[in-house]
Amino acid sequence: MSLLDIKDMRVEFPSRRGHVVAVHSLTLNVEPGEILGVVGESGAGKSTIGNAVIGLLEPPGEMTAGEVYLKGERIDTLDDAEKRRIRGARIGMIFQDPLTSLDPLQTIERQLVDTIQMHLDMDQTKARARAVELLDAVGIPDPDVRIEQYPHQFSGGMRQRVVIALALCADPELIIADEPTTALDVSVQAQILDLMKGLCRDRNVGMILITHDMGVIAETADRVCVMYRGRVMETGKTEQIMGTPNHDYTKSLISAVPRPERRLHRFPLVTYIEDATELGDSFDLSTHWLGQSREYEGEGGDLLQADNLHMRFVTRHSFFAKHRLYLDAVDDVSFKIKTGEVFGLVGESGSGKSTVARMITGIYTPTGGTIRFAGTDLTALKTRKEAAPWRRQMQMIFQDPFSSLNGRMRVRDIIAEPIYFHNMASSKEEAIQIVHDLLEVVGLGAAAAQKFPHEFSGGQRQRISIARALATRPRFLLCDEPTSALDVSIQAQVLNLLKDLQQELGLTMLFISHDLPVIRQICDRVGVMRHGKLLEVAEAEALFEDPQHDYTKHLLDLMPKFVGFRELTV
Amino acid sequence: MAETEATPPTSSSPGWLARALDSDIWYSFCRSPLTIASAVLTLLFFLGAAFAPLIAPFNPFDLASIDIMDASLPPFWQDGGDGRFWLGTDDQGRDMWSTIIFGARVSLFVGFASVIFSIIMGVGLGLISGYVGGRLDALIMRIADIQLSFPAILIALLIDGVARSVLPRAMHEELAFYVLIFAIGISGWVQYARTVRGSTLVEKNKEYVQAARVIGIGPTVILLRHILPNVMGPVLVIATIHLAIAIITEATLSFLGVGVPPTTPSLGTLIRVGNDFLFSGEWWITIFPGIALVLLVLAINLLGDWLRDALNPKLR
Amino acid sequence: MITFILQRILQSILVMLTVALIAFGLFRYVGDPINNMVGQDTTIEERVELRERLGLNDAFLVQFGRFAANAAKGEFGYSYQHRRPVSDLIAERLPATLELSLISAILALVVGIPMGVYTAIRRNGALSHTFMTLSLIGISLPTFLIGILLILFFGVILRWLPTFGRGDVVEIGWWTTGFLTSSGLKSLIMPAITLALFQMTLIMRLVRAEMLEVLRTDFVKFGRARGLPDRYVHFVTALKNTLVPVITITGLQLGSIIAFAIITESVFQWPGMGLLFIQAIGEVDIPVMAAYLVLIAFFFVVINLIVDVLYYVVDPRLRVDRADSGGH
Repeated sequence: MSLLDIKDMRVEFPSRRGHVVAVHSLTLNVEPGEILGVVGESGAGKSTIGNAVIGLLEPPGEMTAGEVYLKGERIDTLDDAEKRRIRGARIGMIFQDPLTSLDPLQTIERQLVDTIQMHLDMDQTKARARAVELLDAVGIPDPDVRIEQYPHQFSGGMRQRVVIALALCADPELIIADEPTTALDVSVQAQILDLMKGLCRDRNVGMILITHDMGVIAETADRVCVMYRGRVMETGKTEQIMGTPNHDYTKSLISAVPRPERRLHRFPLVTYIEDATELGDSFDLSTHWLGQSREYEGEGGDLLQADNLHMRFVTRHSFFAKHRLYLDAVDDVSFKIKTGEVFGLVGESGSGKSTVARMITGIYTPTGGTIRFAGTDLTALKTRKEAAPWRRQMQMIFQDPFSSLNGRMRVRDIIAEPIYFHNMASSKEEAIQIVHDLLEVVGLGAAAAQKFPHEFSGGQRQRISIARALATRPRFLLCDEPTSALDVSIQAQVLNLLKDLQQELGLTMLFISHDLPVIRQICDRVGVMRHGKLLEVAEAEALFEDPQHDYTKHLLDLMPKFVGFRELTV
Repeated sequence: MAETEATPPTSSSPGWLARALDSDIWYSFCRSPLTIASAVLTLLFFLGAAFAPLIAPFNPFDLASIDIMDASLPPFWQDGGDGRFWLGTDDQGRDMWSTIIFGARVSLFVGFASVIFSIIMGVGLGLISGYVGGRLDALIMRIADIQLSFPAILIALLIDGVARSVLPRAMHEELAFYVLIFAIGISGWVQYARTVRGSTLVEKNKEYVQAARVIGIGPTVILLRHILPNVMGPVLVIATIHLAIAIITEATLSFLGVGVPPTTPSLGTLIRVGNDFLFSGEWWITIFPGIALVLLVLAINLLGDWLRDALNPKLR
Repeated sequence: MITFILQRILQSILVMLTVALIAFGLFRYVGDPINNMVGQDTTIEERVELRERLGLNDAFLVQFGRFAANAAKGEFGYSYQHRRPVSDLIAERLPATLELSLISAILALVVGIPMGVYTAIRRNGALSHTFMTLSLIGISLPTFLIGILLILFFGVILRWLPTFGRGDVVEIGWWTTGFLTSSGLKSLIMPAITLALFQMTLIMRLVRAEMLEVLRTDFVKFGRARGLPDRYVHFVTALKNTLVPVITITGLQLGSIIAFAIITESVFQWPGMGLLFIQAIGEVDIPVMAAYLVLIAFFFVVINLIVDVLYYVVDPRLRVDRADSGGH
C-alpha cells in the first residue's frame, strides 16, 4: 500500500466550446519519504493533479473519473468538511510565488499558530513553541524574533521557507509542491531544494514535486513522471528517465535542454512537438531584400563600444535631495562588441543587464558614459530625427511574448509599422510583400499576417517579434531573455532560428540571459554582471572552462549539472 | 484592404462581424435575458429620443395645441381620464406621454454630451499624466484629488451658480444647455483620468511600447496608436455607468431648479413641476416622469454592470 | 508615525488653501461685491469709500491672505441675502446637517458592509442575486426621487411621518438637536433613509468587489490548502484584507454625504446647510457659497486624515516601511 495512490484520474474543465480534458486517465503512486517529480511543459496538466488531490480544483474544473487513496483510504469521495480536515493535516501544499502566498496583514506567528491550532489540540503557548521550532527547522535565523514580523519583512527565499513551515504545521504525510522554486533566483533555488529534500528524508514525508524544469527534477526527485497534454508519457526512476528514456517525447524534451558542459553547433531538433519550422530553404537570403543588410559587410572592427555607462534611478522621490534614495542599476560598465559576433551578458535578476540593452536602444537615457555605434556617439544625438538612422540599424527582441506585441493590431500592421516609419518600402504593396516574406523567413507563413497576436502560441509570437525586429534590416540585434518565458522545446527552435538568422544575415548580436547553458550555446564572448557592475568579460568557452572572477565560479557551481540522455546530439 | 493584396493569404482570419459574433462578450450577452431586456429598453429610449416629434402624439411646445381646459386630467383608466391623454395631462393641459418623450430626449442629449466632454478631457489628461509623469503628473493628480473631495453635484451646482451671476439673464437662458453640459462634464473627468493614468502606467512599461520606441516612433504616435486602444476597455465601462450618473445629475440639477431652462423640460424638470402637485393628489404629473427616468437609468446601469463583468476575464 | 501625520496635515493645509483660493476667487471676482452689498441709492463716493474700507483695492495676495485668515477664524462676511454674518447662519444650520449626515453614514455602513460581505461569500446564492438587483435599482433611483416616493407613500398616503422640517428641537448651548424629541426623531427617519440609500448601495458594491478580488488571491488559496475553515478564511483573512482599500473609498463616500445632503434637505425642506446653499445659489449669495465650499472641504480633509490614520493602523506594510526609511 502506497502513501498516495491515484487511479485513472480524469479532470475536465467544461467550457462553452466543449469540455477541455486537463488530465487523462492518470495513474501514479507516491511512497513515504519519496520525492516524485511530475515534469511537463505548459498545458501538460501537472498543476491540475495537485489541486485535484486536495480537492481544490478551480471551478468549473471537475474530477470526472478515477480514485484517489491516501494510505488506502479513499479521499476523493469525502465531503467538503472531511476533505478540509485532510488538507494541511495530512496533505500539505506549497505554491509557486512566495510573495503572494502569505497574508500580508497578519504576523507570521498568527498564521502559524492559527494553522497549528486548527489541526492539533494545543494551547497558545505550546502552539507558539511549535511554530518557533518549525521556523528553525526550515532554516530561519532568530525564529524567536522573526516570528513576530510581517511577511513583507522577509525576502523571497525566506518567505518560501515560511510557506514550507506552514505546510509542515500539522506533520502532513504528503506534500504537494507546485513549482516551488520557479519564482526564485538560482542561488536561492538550490537552498530551497536542499531544504525540501532534507525534510522529506528526515520526516519520512512523501512529496509530489511539480515543475517544468528538468534540472530541478534531476537534482531532487527519486522518481519522475513525464506528462504531455494531460497524459503520462512515462514514469520511472530518475536516472533511468534521464539516461535511457523510452518515450519519444521524453527523448525530445531532454535533448532540448541546453547543455551546460559543451557547446553544440545547433540545438537538437525536437521532433515530437508540432509548430516547429526551421529556416526555410526557399529563400536565398543573399539576393533577398533582407540580405541587403549585408551592405555593411567588411566594415569589421568594433560595431558597438560602451564606455563608463552609468544609470541611476530614483527609488524614493523627495523634495529634499538628501532624502532621495537612488539605485545605481548600471555602474561604470564598459565593453565592446565586434562586428558579426554574439556578445552575451549574464547575471541574476537585478544585475542591470536589461538596463544596458535599454540604454543602447535609447529607451533609457544613460546618466553617464557614452555609447558609440559604428563610430557615432549615440549619447550625443539630441533629437529623434537625428537618431532615426541609427535606431533603424539596431532592433530588439523582448522577453515576454505576451506583452511584446500590441494585442489590438494585426500581425501585418505590427510588422509593417517599422517599414512605414523608416520609409523602407516605396509602396504599400511592397511593404505587404516584405511582411509576407518576413513571416516566411521566421517559419510562420504569410497567412499569419491577417491574424491577431492572441491567436498564436508563445513561441510563435516570439517569431513574430523576430520578424518585426528584422523589418528594418538591422545589423545589430539585441535579445533580452528572448526564450526565458518559453517551454524548453520551443526555446530550442527559437534559438536555432536566431542562430541561423545571425549567420545568414551576418548580424551582430547582444544576447542577454540568466541561463548559463543557453549563453554557452549561443554566444562568442560573454560578460558577467552583478549589482550593476560588469565583473568579467571572456571568450565563451574560456569563461566556462576557466572562470576568473569568484562570482562567475559561484554561478557556474550553481548551474544544474544536468547530463542526461543525448541521442539526438549532432 | 485584404482584397488589394498582391498575394492573398491562403487562410484568412474571419471578418470583424464573425469575430464579434463568436466572441465571449456576445456569448455572455446572449445568455443574460436581463441584459438583452435592458439593451432593448435602452435602444427604445434612444429611438424615442431621436424620433420624438414623429412618435409623440402631441407637441408639448406647440402652444396652439395646448388647451388649458385639458389641465390636470388623470390617466385614461381613472375616473375623469381622457382617451387622448394616456398618462393624463399636467397643470397646463400638456399631454404627459408626449412631454415624457420630449423630456427623455433632453435628458439623453445632456447626458451624452457631458459624458463625451468628460471622456475627452479625462482620457486626454490621464494619458498625458501617465505617460509623461513627473511634475505634470503630480499637478494633474493633485487637482483630481481636490476635485474628488467635492461630489459631482456640488461642483455642477457651483459652476451653474457662477454662470448665473456672470452671465446676463437673457444669455443665461440661451447658454443654459452648454453651461449644464460643461458643469456635468467637468465634474466627471476625474474618474476617467485616474483609470486611464493607471492603465497607461501599466501599458507604457509593456514591451510592445518599448518595441515601438526602439523603432524610433515618437510619443504622440505611441500614445494614440499603441496605448490609447489598449486603455479604452475600462473607459467604455466607466462611460456606460457615467451616462447613468450624468442623467441622474442632470435630473437632480433640474429638480433643484438650476438645470435646463423650463421651456425645454427634461425628466428632472417634469418631476420638479409635478412635485408641487403631489399633496393635492395629482400624483401622475410627477410619478410617470419618475418611472421613465428610473427605467432609463436602470437599463443603462444593467448594461454597464454586465459590460464590466464581461470585460473582466477574472470573473468568468 | 509623527512624520507621517505631519506630512498628511501639511497636505491637508495645501488642499484647504487651494479651496480657499477658489472660494476667494468666487467672492472677489464673480460679480461686484460692492454692488451686492449696498442698495441702489448709495452714491459713488460712498461706494469708493466702502471699497477702500473693505480693502478691495489692496494687492491680490494681501486680500487673499485676509480672506484666508478670516476663514480660519470662521468669518466669511455678511450674507447678501440675509444681511447677517455668514458664520451665524452656518452655526444655526450646522447641527441639522451634521445630525442627518451622521445617522445616514451609520445606516449606510451598518447595512452596506454586511450586505457586501454576504454577496461576495455567497456569490451565486438567490439572496445575493436579490441584493445585487436591489442595489442596482438603488443606484438607479435619483436621491430626490427616493425622497418624493417616501413622502408620497408614508407622508401623503399613510400619513405616518412628517414630510418636511426637523420637528421639535432641543437647544444644548448653541447646538440644536432633534434626537431628544419624538417628533424630531420621526422627522429624521425619511431624510436619513433617503440620504443613506445611495451610499449604502455604493458601499455594498464596493465591499463585494474588493472581497471577491481578495478571495482570488494566492494567500486565500494557500489558507484553504492548509485546511483553514471557510469561516476563518472569509472573516479573518479576507475581510481584513478587504478593509484596506474599502476604508479609503468609504471615507471619501462619507465625506460626500454632507454635500449630498443638499438634495435631501431640499426635498424635505430640512433646515440645514445644504438648503442654505441651494438658496444662496438661486440668489447669487456669494459669501454663503464661498463659506459652504470651504466648510465642505474642511470636513473632507478631517475625514481624510482619520482615514489615513486608520489605514496606518490596519496595514503593517505602511508602518514598517515608514519606520525603516525614517531611520536613515
